[in-house]
Amino acid sequence: MPFSLLVFLLFVAATLGITLWAAKRSNVASAYFAAGRQITAWQNGFAVAGDFMSGASFLGIVGLISLQGFDGFLFSVGGFIAYVTILLLIAEPLRNTGKFTMADVLAYRLRPRPVRALAALSTLTIATFYMIAQMISAGALVNLLLAGSGITYNMAVVAVGVLMMVYVVCGGMLATTWVQIVKAFLLLSCTVVIVVLVLAHFDFRLGNFFASASQVKYHQAGEIVVTDFLQPGLRYAPPNGPIDLISLGLALLFGCSGLPHILMRFYTVPDARTARESVVWAMVLIGSFFIMTSILGLGAAVIVGPDYILSHGGTNMGGPLLARALGGDALLGVVSAVAFATILAVVAGLTISASTSFAHDFWINVIHRGVERRSNETVLVARIAALGVGGASILLAIALGPSSNSGVLATLAMAVAASAHFPVILLSIFWRRFNTAGAVAGLSAGLIGSIGLILISPTFMGIDPPVATSVRHLFQTTPWFPLENPGIVSVPLGFLAAIAASLLTREGTSDSKFNELRVRANTGLGAEQAVAH
Amino acid sequence: MKQLPGGCLQQRPQEAEWNRIAASREFQHLLAVKKTFIVPAFLFFLTYYLLLPILIGYAPRLMSKKVIGSVTLAYLFALSQFVVGWIVAWLYLRASSRFDKLAEEILHHALGDVDDKEGAQ
Repeated sequence: MPFSLLVFLLFVAATLGITLWAAKRSNVASAYFAAGRQITAWQNGFAVAGDFMSGASFLGIVGLISLQGFDGFLFSVGGFIAYVTILLLIAEPLRNTGKFTMADVLAYRLRPRPVRALAALSTLTIATFYMIAQMISAGALVNLLLAGSGITYNMAVVAVGVLMMVYVVCGGMLATTWVQIVKAFLLLSCTVVIVVLVLAHFDFRLGNFFASASQVKYHQAGEIVVTDFLQPGLRYAPPNGPIDLISLGLALLFGCSGLPHILMRFYTVPDARTARESVVWAMVLIGSFFIMTSILGLGAAVIVGPDYILSHGGTNMGGPLLARALGGDALLGVVSAVAFATILAVVAGLTISASTSFAHDFWINVIHRGVERRSNETVLVARIAALGVGGASILLAIALGPSSNSGVLATLAMAVAASAHFPVILLSIFWRRFNTAGAVAGLSAGLIGSIGLILISPTFMGIDPPVATSVRHLFQTTPWFPLENPGIVSVPLGFLAAIAASLLTREGTSDSKFNELRVRANTGLGAEQAVAH
Repeated sequence: MKQLPGGCLQQRPQEAEWNRIAASREFQHLLAVKKTFIVPAFLFFLTYYLLLPILIGYAPRLMSKKVIGSVTLAYLFALSQFVVGWIVAWLYLRASSRFDKLAEEILHHALGDVDDKEGAQ
């Protein structure tokens, strides 16, 4: 049996054990959706970090740095810095005023049905976008690892999908959280090992390492070029590069604060203070990990080389190829197994956020006006929804296959979150005049604006050369919107729509409701309590 | 496990209760104290972070300058973002123990009043 398979099977056995243990404790809604609100600060910190250190960042960002140098590292910086926004503005009010989903905060003082319906729609959209990014990483990994072993891409995707459904359907948030904690620990350890090996390759002389990174040789248009990978501008070159870079920065900065599967984690802790401490835990873990991505990426560029990466699996494969170069097939096996575990855990987290939003926001609160017709209906509906989401994601992943960089795709999901979710969450917590019309306008404008701009951006529009290439654009025309990332237009659009619609409509929300929200957000009075198992 | 003050509350306060707490001097004081930390901290890190893409985009020469050996100013600036993020988080943790204390006092006050009323009925 190949070593990688062994490591992966060990992970699967451990996580199924966790699921079995969690299943017995996940029967009522607060246990199923919020792990009984008993997750501690360090546990939630690891889980949040695990949700964020996804296949897209481990494979996608390292891959970007290995091919385009310093510019790829900007994805890491933005992803980390976003947690300062969550810490200062979002985590505590969210924990104090909501129950299971981010829409709880919006529905608190606005008319719940339109707001929840739209929030559920955008949550599903963002989760799907993000899921595609993860599945593409999985596909790319299988192509590299299991070429010729008889296990096809489709079989691997089905295996990942079925496992993820078992975690979510049976074990709920408690299982999903612990799977995430175990995986975060594995991923960090694995990253540290490779970083040490990279530095050992240069006899632990950082100077030598960076000197080599400033002279990376590769082929471009048939000629050998030598490029400084520590220098900015390889990916974001003028004329549009600078604006695109700022646009990316905005999307990353505010996007995390709108990612449903991250926000949901703050309901799993007992109180706002724990939520705050867990963000700081997550910042320490994510920051260390993201700093290390630059060593991995540059290491791959120097030791493996962009030419080899491009011809052996492409843009997502810098990290795994580096592992093989440094530690042979054994290390490649471990790294790949950990990467699979990562994808599995993140996809499970996305699925539970999507199915919770469907069951809690849409089914119970929009269709049945907040009344459960039988006990635990929400949990039942969420379990069925998780099966649906899982099935759909398997089909999507098989239909799409490995085609583009998963780090870029995940960032686009974040642009949608930054434009649709962040403005309305922020305004509903902090602005007295905000009303239902404003929330509906902000959510719709952010969602439609960001997705529309992504569809007409260079990611989906472009003219491919007639020679068959592996990556083809969806629409064969010159891009109508010049930037890859829509953030710089769509984030202000979300804010403007929300503010303008609030000011233009008469319907004010009651002052008392805002007072209530404010007191709750700032003192924790009346917040959802932890339940004993 | 320490029970938070909110935890002993059996039923949620009524509308008048919320309004009274919101209008109280202690609560307004808490909001003001929070504001004086959060607003400058947020604006500071927002500016510091956005300077990175702006300088890289519009001053590429400056940012490509080698500072230590082959390491560019851009890379060091990017690394410094992590340090600044951690410092802001640490400062916030420190400041928030004060917020917690103020919030606890407000709750004590509010819940004490509720108890008094229940006792009178």
